[in-house]
Amino acid sequence: MRRGARDGVVEARGLSVRFGGVAALDAVDFTLADRELRCLIGPNGAGKSTFFKCLTGVLRPSEGDIRIRGVDCVGAHPHRIAGLGVGIKTQVPSVMNGLSVRENIWIAARKRNSTREANRIVAETLERIGISDSAGEPVGNLAHGRRQLVEFGTVLAGDPWLILLDEPAAGLTAEEAERAVDIIVEMNDRAAIIVVEHDMHFIRQLAKTVTVLHQGRILTEGHVDSVLSDPLVRDVYLGKSQ
Amino acid sequence: MTARQTLTAVIVAAIVMFVLPVFFDVLNLTTFAAYALLALSLGFVWGYGGILCFGQTAFYGLGAYVYAMTAINTGEAWSGVFLAIVIPAAFAAVLGAMMFYGRLSDVYLAVVTLVVSLILFRFMNTTAGEQYIIGKARMGGYNGIPGYPTLHIPGDPEAYIYDENLYYFTFIVLVLCYLLTRWLLGSPFGRILVGLRENEQRIELLGYDVRARKTAAFAFGGALAGLAGCLYANAAEIVTPELFGLGLAAEIIIWVIVGGAGTLIGPMIGAAVLGYLKFVLGLRAIKEIFGKDNPLEAPLVFGTILILFILFLPRGVAPTVQGWLSRAPLGRGGPARGGQRRRTRTERARPNA
Repeated sequence: MRRGARDGVVEARGLSVRFGGVAALDAVDFTLADRELRCLIGPNGAGKSTFFKCLTGVLRPSEGDIRIRGVDCVGAHPHRIAGLGVGIKTQVPSVMNGLSVRENIWIAARKRNSTREANRIVAETLERIGISDSAGEPVGNLAHGRRQLVEFGTVLAGDPWLILLDEPAAGLTAEEAERAVDIIVEMNDRAAIIVVEHDMHFIRQLAKTVTVLHQGRILTEGHVDSVLSDPLVRDVYLGKSQ
Repeated sequence: MTARQTLTAVIVAAIVMFVLPVFFDVLNLTTFAAYALLALSLGFVWGYGGILCFGQTAFYGLGAYVYAMTAINTGEAWSGVFLAIVIPAAFAAVLGAMMFYGRLSDVYLAVVTLVVSLILFRFMNTTAGEQYIIGKARMGGYNGIPGYPTLHIPGDPEAYIYDENLYYFTFIVLVLCYLLTRWLLGSPFGRILVGLRENEQRIELLGYDVRARKTAAFAFGGALAGLAGCLYANAAEIVTPELFGLGLAAEIIIWVIVGGAGTLIGPMIGAAVLGYLKFVLGLRAIKEIFGKDNPLEAPLVFGTILILFILFLPRGVAPTVQGWLSRAPLGRGGPARGGQRRRTRTERARPNA
């Protein structure tokens, strides 16, 4: 595993978030290398979502420093972070329900391209996520799993170099989850990815480096197999630790 | 919007424009056309931008006052028309920037805009004194400002445009504004705006600056409303603080709901039809039939209409008719299809459903 501080596309140093007296994140150091695929796991309340929200600019950390490709992102608005070329998928599918699948993806593609170029990207993206047959349908009419795919499509269409995914497998059927794994692995060819997830089966399929958060701190970091067989991690998940 | 759709819209509009005066008084029609433009502005801001502005009257009244005062000072109309668009737009931009950059949304936004309108209403009512004078124009308090120059052929302040010609002028301006708005909605800005209405967070996470876009849309709505106020001022030949009042502020919302938010044509028709209804209810003949206990007071009738529509036709007239005509939308073929309004509204209430 590469952990060179120099080539980190995401670097968090001493990141803390406190809500009143509760520290949701406590001096977390985190580095993501270019083209790396990292899974972030942990039991409920471990600080995964808080960490994710800091990265996406939704939440301002109480202390610490976040740099995305060297750009200081503390307190930056989500649209600025996204504007750096970061693709973000939230926990609940965040799509434009009243608009067609095509229009959803077009709006994503138009951000960094001309209208003509965006039209081309839409066709390409629909193909890639395998949803061309419902291109004209309003997203709100689609089943949950299809909507997740549409959201993947909006992320893909922006051609990001860094992708942040919050619980991409939530609510997916086994088959859809497999499709999601394929898409994530494929996206990893061009982008570094952070996946926040607690579906262990899903993470095993991705089979990459895992960071375990527990009570706002990093418990351990390593390859998925060694981490998941670590008794300490198991205890944390089963609630046995102090 | 394709060239063919534009042509169709223009032809239909031309027929309507020439047929209406056969049945109705042109002065009334001029007023209704101004109302329709006001409704168009809210139809855009609310129906497509998702910004529920309860105080669209602020920009409307401002447009009317700015026109009247400028016309008095310059002695001609066109500088007034220009400023009646620019100043309300700038005012809307400043107000919008404060609200959107301050992250106000939904109900707070509705309240703030309404209060701004009512503050203007109160203020204009208190301007009766000698000290309230801008250039040559006295603001006149609750009596308003009468006797300003009205529209004329450019370059010749004596050649007034009035009666039928004013009606044609107002109607043509309305059609041009409608076409401009439709064009805007078909442009990338408009498509992204509709996306924003559907899911603000998603648009933001795609890297668009939501605050700037909403401010721009709000300012455009302010410009349309200001122009509507200016046209009204030319038809009425007097501007009064009532233009900022609560009554009109509520009526505009009813026009849009009845006509159908999420379309442009709906609010315009709603404004014209309900404007005419109000005129009829105000006729002396109707009042004399019922005497003192008239059950057909305009607010009562309008309230009833609003309740009936919310209960039985929540999408409004235009989207419902569009749904009947075919599944194909009559309005812009793109983002907001009438047939989808009902679902998206529910979904907005439960965004993650």
